[in-house]
Amino acid sequence: MNTLFEFTKGMKPDSTSYCPGCTHGIAHRLIMEALCERGDLGRAIGVAPIGCSIVSHNYMNVDMCESTHGRAPAIASGIKRVHPGNIVFTYQGDGDLASIGTGEIIHAAHRGEHITTFFINNAIYGMTGGQMAPTTFIGQKTTTTAEGRTEKANGKPLRMSEMIATVGGAAYVERVALNSPSGVRKAKKAVLRALDVQDRKEGFSFVEFLSTCPTNWGLDPVASIEWVNTDMIPYYPLGNFKGMEG
Amino acid sequence: MTKKFVRIDEAKCKGCNLCVSVCPKDKLISGKDTLNKAGYYAVTANDENICIGCLNCALMCPDGAISLYEE
Repeated sequence: MNTLFEFTKGMKPDSTSYCPGCTHGIAHRLIMEALCERGDLGRAIGVAPIGCSIVSHNYMNVDMCESTHGRAPAIASGIKRVHPGNIVFTYQGDGDLASIGTGEIIHAAHRGEHITTFFINNAIYGMTGGQMAPTTFIGQKTTTTAEGRTEKANGKPLRMSEMIATVGGAAYVERVALNSPSGVRKAKKAVLRALDVQDRKEGFSFVEFLSTCPTNWGLDPVASIEWVNTDMIPYYPLGNFKGMEG
Repeated sequence: MTKKFVRIDEAKCKGCNLCVSVCPKDKLISGKDTLNKAGYYAVTANDENICIGCLNCALMCPDGAISLYEE
């Protein structure tokens, strides 16, 4: 009997506490599969954020460190500077990275730290109950924008990948979507490239995953995936923003 | 000819049905009668339809509940 697909050893076998259909599970798996394939499980160090994935250290089968809200890139920078031979990554949501942690992520990129950041953009604060994030869409209803986000009061959604790509120290920036099997395959390739960039010490690498939050969007998981296709991708275009030239 | 088959870990399945939505052969069926231990209607495999081993279901499963084999 040949195995076509089995759950990666990079993940612990237990069930996660994430809601049904939440794509955190897919993102976790892809990162751990990539580390496993590279043979890096023993030398990878992850930094978990504040947000739903605060518990990711329970599921990812590598050494993990918890960070204060938004400060994962600062902590990862320190770890990498002390352990330059290790693979160091942060795993952050949009409330963590694009809001309170904007300063840290911009300056980690600016310094060209040899770390990789995996950014989960689901356009909402998940863990705290569905408040507006900087990435929330115009018109999107959240618990803090009950009538929908307005540009006048809240500004336009923040495009982080485009912003990071303008920073000199960033070596690789790509946005992918966990919206289909082909999207997941492309996301895995982006994860592998980002880890390669870190290994070659080319600079800061960043992968943004367009993700879903069925619970706080008020949609079922399959409809949430459809919403990524119809609403998110037109505003957050997929593709490489830096590091694939030539 | 090799036969491919899908195995679902019912205890881990949360019944999100993402796998059902991407299966090109309608091999997977949404659960509706029995709850698993965590309180979800786990997806089951339809014995009548064939599996072509495309891995779509496994790639989309957020909970690592799906594995595929061939023999």
